[in-house]
Amino acid sequence: MQVRVDEDKCCGAGSCVLAAPEVFDQRDEDGVVVLLDPEPAEHLHAAVREAAEVCPAAAIALGTRA
Amino acid sequence: MSTVSDVLVVGASAAGLATAEALRRKGFTGGLTLLGDEAEPPYDRPPLSKQVLSGAWEPERARLRDRDALDALGATFALGDPAVSLDLTTRGVRTASGAVLRADAVVVATGVRPRVLPDQAGLGGVHVLRTLADAVALRSDLRNAGRLVVVGDGVLGAEVAATARGLGVDVTLAGPQPAPLAAQLGPLAAGLLADLHAEHGVRLRLNAAVVGLVGRDGRVTGVRLADGDVLPADVVVVALGAVPNTEWLLDSGLVIDNGVVCDAGCRAAAGVYAVGDVARWHHERLGASLRLENRTNATEQAGVVADNVLGADRAYLPVPYFWTDQFDAKLQVFGVLPADAEVSVEDGDVTARRFVAVYRRAGEPVGVLGWNMPKQARQLRQRALGQAAVPR
Repeated sequence: MQVRVDEDKCCGAGSCVLAAPEVFDQRDEDGVVVLLDPEPAEHLHAAVREAAEVCPAAAIALGTRA
Repeated sequence: MSTVSDVLVVGASAAGLATAEALRRKGFTGGLTLLGDEAEPPYDRPPLSKQVLSGAWEPERARLRDRDALDALGATFALGDPAVSLDLTTRGVRTASGAVLRADAVVVATGVRPRVLPDQAGLGGVHVLRTLADAVALRSDLRNAGRLVVVGDGVLGAEVAATARGLGVDVTLAGPQPAPLAAQLGPLAAGLLADLHAEHGVRLRLNAAVVGLVGRDGRVTGVRLADGDVLPADVVVVALGAVPNTEWLLDSGLVIDNGVVCDAGCRAAAGVYAVGDVARWHHERLGASLRLENRTNATEQAGVVADNVLGADRAYLPVPYFWTDQFDAKLQVFGVLPADAEVSVEDGDVTARRFVAVYRRAGEPVGVLGWNMPKQARQLRQRALGQAAVPR
């Protein structure tokens, strides 16, 4: 799984951190998403999928490794 | 174990799409159809009053998913064909084009539409903002507008006022409250927001009831207030809230009361669910019947509906959340901020306009407000209101 985030779309809700704190964080100064792990381990995939779906700004995209 | 072999989602916007995605994520491999009234592929609405209206984004950037992600869902998208009726016994939905779609489970996600003024139909220069087409039309009209009057002092009205002011338009914001968003933010933050708008040159006509529009030769020229004043306008945006799209269900037998009335698990009838702006469900922890138009409600409720479609019996117990971006202010609101709550600033500094406040009633936290501190607001929300987005 390959995770991409779009900082320009991010609204700072932090929904991704609630869903998958091992993979997402937020910048202290403006709350924009910080991607901690662009290729998370398999046991985190379900949480990351949930994070991508619940993101209220559609700022998280998932792909497979090229 | 579930016996559902196919699901029809009526509505192809945020809540409908999120329901489809959640069903697949939870392992549903059956037939999946999304029926949408608009011809557009699913797009997001919060950017319409901000990035799309300002021109910072091309309209296409508001799409919720790219083509590959939609294809990967393995769903049929029947777009541009509004639902016109539902038969509860067969769970068949008839569409405007005459098609009848049937499924083991039907999810109602038809959303809301803007409330309008009685005299705005047919008057040029008067806009609402709900769809991508609305945003494009308003942006186009603002290019030639000297004076914009925004009717409505809620989130949408205040965002439109801020964005239009950023485009250099002369803006007046009129509404009945003592400050913009007073009902959602309480006096402290609504007062700061009023200051912010005034500093940026927005004329505020607060405590003002709008009674109608004034026009000449088929085009709006002003907005009439209850005190007799007329605010001159070349363009008017009416942002007076929204009404649920439930007319198509009036003969269905579902209970309709300012939304589709559902139980705690978002079930409206056997095999029929509602999700998103249109759904009124019983929040067991708050002991109240709620209908939330917040953006995160669409996706969080979708997760619970998907579980229940697949045979679970899960109550939907969200912590309500919304955000708004106006000028340089980014506000995050978790829970509720009642006007009579005790407010304590627990991070940052109000005078620096960078702070987080916790709202309490009888000592119990009921809400968290962040002003230009999104991360710290989320952290305080976790401490004060619970760790999970939707507690189980």
